[in-house]
Amino acid sequence: MTQRATKDTWVEIHRIVLEKDQRAPQVPEDTRQVPLEMKVKGFLVHDAAVGEQAEIITPAGRMIKGRLTGINPAYTHMYGLPIPELLPIGEELRTILRQR
Amino acid sequence: MDQKAEIMRSSVGIDYEKYITGPLSFDYERMLSDTGYDLETIRTIQSRTAVGNTPLVELKNLTELVRAVSKPGMGARIFVKDEAANPSGSFKDRRASLSVYEAKKRGYKGVAAATSGNYGAAVASQAAKAGLRCIVVQEAFDSKGIAQPEIAEKTRACEAYGAEVIRLSVGPELFYVFLMVLKETGYFNASLYTPYSILGIETLGHELALQVKEQEGRFPDVVIATHAGGGNVTGTARGLIKAGAEDTQMVAASVDLSGLHMASDHDFNRKSFTTGHTGFSIPFTTWPDRADVPKNAARALRYMDRFVTVTQGEVFYITQALAQIEGLERGPAGNTSLAAAFAMARQMDQEQIIVVQETEYTGAGKHPLGQLNLAKQMGIEVVRGNPKDNKPGKAIVIPQHPSQIEVVDVDLDRIRRSYLRNAFNSLPQGQTPGDTDIKFLAADTKSTQDYVREVIRELYGKNR
Repeated sequence: MTQRATKDTWVEIHRIVLEKDQRAPQVPEDTRQVPLEMKVKGFLVHDAAVGEQAEIITPAGRMIKGRLTGINPAYTHMYGLPIPELLPIGEELRTILRQR
Repeated sequence: MDQKAEIMRSSVGIDYEKYITGPLSFDYERMLSDTGYDLETIRTIQSRTAVGNTPLVELKNLTELVRAVSKPGMGARIFVKDEAANPSGSFKDRRASLSVYEAKKRGYKGVAAATSGNYGAAVASQAAKAGLRCIVVQEAFDSKGIAQPEIAEKTRACEAYGAEVIRLSVGPELFYVFLMVLKETGYFNASLYTPYSILGIETLGHELALQVKEQEGRFPDVVIATHAGGGNVTGTARGLIKAGAEDTQMVAASVDLSGLHMASDHDFNRKSFTTGHTGFSIPFTTWPDRADVPKNAARALRYMDRFVTVTQGEVFYITQALAQIEGLERGPAGNTSLAAAFAMARQMDQEQIIVVQETEYTGAGKHPLGQLNLAKQMGIEVVRGNPKDNKPGKAIVIPQHPSQIEVVDVDLDRIRRSYLRNAFNSLPQGQTPGDTDIKFLAADTKSTQDYVREVIRELYGKNR
């Protein structure tokens, strides 16, 4: 079932800014193979479903249109797993300092 | 692109044309002083939003560790300026404060900045306090939609301060999007490279010089700054000079990311560092006027006495050390210069003082855990070993012992020649540099007029 969001919901929209063939001349080969994409968050101006064109009002008060891609989108960056390569360092250094 | 010049003029309120003194030269000092802000005024403006006056902390345990791996009598005392104590968690508040103050004074409705780093949060924080709208344009994710974790944290921080964040995929056309935003909104361009941004950092160099002098009775021997676009080195060095610490050696330190392309979609999430690296510092040192303003106020080569690099693995190692033996959990930017300071302190006398001039806040994504987990996910090998085997984008080698941390000197003669080559390549057809240009180039490369003339002769023969 397609997710729908009502007016005034905090959402993210997505837009292609430059297609592959519109990329700047100095862009390296791998980057030239992909479009320049943009994502912006704001409050929905009207009801819309994910995947549909939608208009938002951003925190700066700008109106922007794009494809609705996320409803109340999560912050997903995190610490993640402890890194085994870093874990012993503290004790190694304390040992050096104790031997002084 | 005439439109570009017009947008720039109206968005920073500076007529750069009037400072031009020759085909290659401009009046740098007048461009800065014409802003009308002296050090005392800047300090007053900054203190109103609790920017600056950060603690100077002696890292006694790290100094002990340096001495444990140094020859007898060697191992300088390491101090750090805890810039994480600024309102948005980094020294970037100093840069943003003056820009936002100027924007407010001139009646702009909002401010915009093109930045994926701490500066965005700093501008957003200052704008929130000043009651101005704020837009931050970031290079944030690759074509697979994978966000660089440190930039994702900056997105969150900017949004927390009420800014609109435009997140883009990889590419230098970010500048085009930024220009369109400035054109549409008429906002002030809170560029990292305006005089306001640089003058705002002078208080950092000035403050730390006086703090050391008050505590130790003399100025520091060495101040080391993490170096990317050049503002940090430039503003800090200018502040040191204004405090009277002319003999203090100014060192620039960057993470070595050689082999990775800064505009590559593939390499974007294989860098493990988003700033303070050679991908910014080498191009900006050798040609500062590549910035988003016509004349860059950040001119690092004017001020650096030495330029060194460290490896990714060394910075992660020292970050862990700082938390584990100094009780300070801080972000990667300041720890780049800390890793370099650790190595340099070994070669210095015990009586000497080296100051790392910034720390930054840390958090999810903006942390060795977030970066190393992403690195592993991207197929980069993370191992303990000799940092000399570190290969950006392929292997992050975490040292096995503190004695393995070393700096690699960037050859400043090579950098100066590269700068001069770029300068001459920018000469309009048919123009030749005059004495004013030569004098400017000598100051801008911290060399002499004879040196500049000699390099020109070598590069272009006698006719130019």
